Amino acid sequence: MKMLLVAEYRQKKLLESYTELLAFAGQFGAECAMFLVGDGAAELPKFAGRLYLADVATYGEYNPDAHKRLLLDVVAQEQPEMIVFSHSSYGWDLAPRLAASLKAAQVSEVVAVDAGRLVVPACNAKLRRTVAGNGAVTIATLQAGAFSLADAAAGSPEVIAVKGEGQGRVALLGYEAAEHGGVDLTKSEVIVSAGRGVGKPENITLVAGLAKALGGEYGASRPVVDAQWVEHNRQVGTTGLTVSPKLYVACGISGAVQHLAGMKKSEFVVAINTDRDAPIGDVADVFAVADLKQLLPVLTEKLQAL
Amino acid sequence: MKLLVCIKQVPDMESKFKIDTDGVWYDRGDLAWRMNEYDEYAVEQAVQVKEATGADLTVLCIGPDQVKETMKKALAMGCDRGVHIADDQSHRRDPFQIASLIAAFARDKGFDLIFTGMQSQDRGSGQVGVMAAELLGLPAVTTIVGFALAGNTITVKRELEGGVKATVEATLPALVTCQLGLNTPRYPTLPNIMKAKKKELLTVAAADLSPADALLNTVKLTFPEKKGGGVFLEGDVGEVADRLIRILKEKTSVLA
Ligand SMILES: Cc1cc2nc3c(=O)[nH]c(=O)nc-3n(C[C@@H](O)[C@H](O)[C@H](O)COP(=O)(O)OP(=O)(O)OC[C@H]3O[C@@H](n4cnc5c(N)ncnc54)[C@H](O)[C@@H]3O)c2cc1C
Ligand SMILES: Cc1cc2nc3c(=O)[nH]c(=O)nc-3n(C[C@H](O)[C@H](O)[C@H](O)COP(=O)(O)OP(=O)(O)OC[C@H]3O[C@@H](n4cnc5c(N)ncnc54)[C@H](O)[C@@H]3O)c2cc1C
Repeated sequence: MKMLLVAEYRQKKLLESYTELLAFAGQFGAECAMFLVGDGAAELPKFAGRLYLADVATYGEYNPDAHKRLLLDVVAQEQPEMIVFSHSSYGWDLAPRLAASLKAAQVSEVVAVDAGRLVVPACNAKLRRTVAGNGAVTIATLQAGAFSLADAAAGSPEVIAVKGEGQGRVALLGYEAAEHGGVDLTKSEVIVSAGRGVGKPENITLVAGLAKALGGEYGASRPVVDAQWVEHNRQVGTTGLTVSPKLYVACGISGAVQHLAGMKKSEFVVAINTDRDAPIGDVADVFAVADLKQLLPVLTEKLQAL
Repeated sequence: MKLLVCIKQVPDMESKFKIDTDGVWYDRGDLAWRMNEYDEYAVEQAVQVKEATGADLTVLCIGPDQVKETMKKALAMGCDRGVHIADDQSHRRDPFQIASLIAAFARDKGFDLIFTGMQSQDRGSGQVGVMAAELLGLPAVTTIVGFALAGNTITVKRELEGGVKATVEATLPALVTCQLGLNTPRYPTLPNIMKAKKKELLTVAAADLSPADALLNTVKLTFPEKKGGGVFLEGDVGEVADRLIRILKEKTSVLA
């Protein structure tokens, strides 16, 4: 099988996630070429194969029209059977553009390979779909962290410079850094997080109370932050913080992959949830099937009495 | 100015899912249905633009008859009319086909701005919006968490990993896919729910829009293996709390 892997360059850096693409390709024993809009003078992906490199100074970090055209040219040369992206803000933006142009099937957020077929999650990871493309080319985007190389990436690529039209209809004006300041959750040994299951802002105090009784800090899932019940510097997940405390208590959090990515390295995980099928169960050491509004006050009181 | 917002009806994610007899999708019986969460932000943004500019706003949804219930919510939030693309086969469609239906409907209508969710909650491909834009030859920006319109230009914030945002500009006509947190979707008020009942809800048969052929097939749908191996605590909350404290004392150092 021939694969074209699409690496990423953001805020003047090559993203490490290209190694996940290599790991995925490895499962197929595929012959790989790579595409990157990056900087030839800086770090390049480590692998032995053809690297089609377009200069980021000309084509920008986010210029989907130009990147799509460049990629289409490389696809025409390489004739890959599969084109592989990360399921990232770059990949999920660019892949469907290419898929529509090539009339190729796109399989989004691949988590596993099963007998050569791609497996993707559905319904907040409560279900899994095994899918197959109908045509000569399939486009896949890979869930962050789903594939990893056993050994460090190695080798140096054969660089082939690619050029094309640089214009695009969407202009990147600049970046805005994540909001920081205030409490630093990453330093906390105990984190008790509030999810949408808390129901209303007043119930954040239940979560904060338990955190205090355990000598830790409280965090939150994204909907709770979006609703402005909790500040963004306490959000755990792909668009918030990555934490690895000794104890993580998820209260009313379903366990979406973007949340898990931020807390699954915690040493011990307790889930408090009314739905015993909630995917947070995949990472929980203890799963209390309970209404947090009932359990938290009792638990907090008992801890304070210790 | 003419606006279009595309919404999808999805099951409540807290539902207990069963696999259908064909083994390729979930059983549709016994589920509670709602508007895809991401699309609530899309509708809200579209309604805000309508309120600011006096634009005309159409909401579109592809699916069986039952999706009209979800469309009524969008109408009650402030959309002017609904277009229901009646398709009992919507569940057999892949994202490209759904996009081709949207594009076929939108093609000669002169929409200046199209809003979609960045992804659906049930299938989550994150493809339909961008593919529809490609088919219509429109610029598209995905994953927006900030939106401003000035004259003919939109300035949006794209959300990247780790909370970083990119500020991006495009000229209308354009399509944007909306991310959670873009705004605060309104709750329809009772008077608006009553008004929505009188709004136009047009039905177009999917077949009339000649959808493209499928590019993708679902081979099978399965439950993931439970990796947890964790302990379940159930029953009286007092006992659950006691057992939990005992476990924390044994297995962690945080109560030491
Ligand atoms: C009632 C029903 C039953 C289904 N049954 C099956 C099944 O049996 N097997 C199967 O494989 N798939 C099934 N599906 C899913 C399938 O039809 C997908 O909706 C379609 O392929 C789009 O993919 P996606 O949801 O991943 O879209 P995404 O690309 O994730 O959606 C992004 C955005 O596109 C827009 N959008 C998506 N779908 C629609 C729509 N229908 N109408 C209007 N706008 C839309 C929304 O704005 C959405 O936020 C079913 C869907 C429905 C509604
Ligand atoms: C690109 C992208 C980035 C994202 N980044 C993040 C991120 O950084 N962090 C993040 O958290 N999410 C992120 N998300 C959102 C993520 O996909 C989920 O939508 C979100 O994590 C869901 O939050 P939740 O679990 O609190 O809510 P829900 O999924 O709504 O879950 C609520 C849970 O509460 C339970 N519950 C309800 N009532 C009770 C009760 N009384 N007692 C106990 N349990 C109860 C329910 O059973 C359910 O499991 C991102 C999404 C995208 C697309």
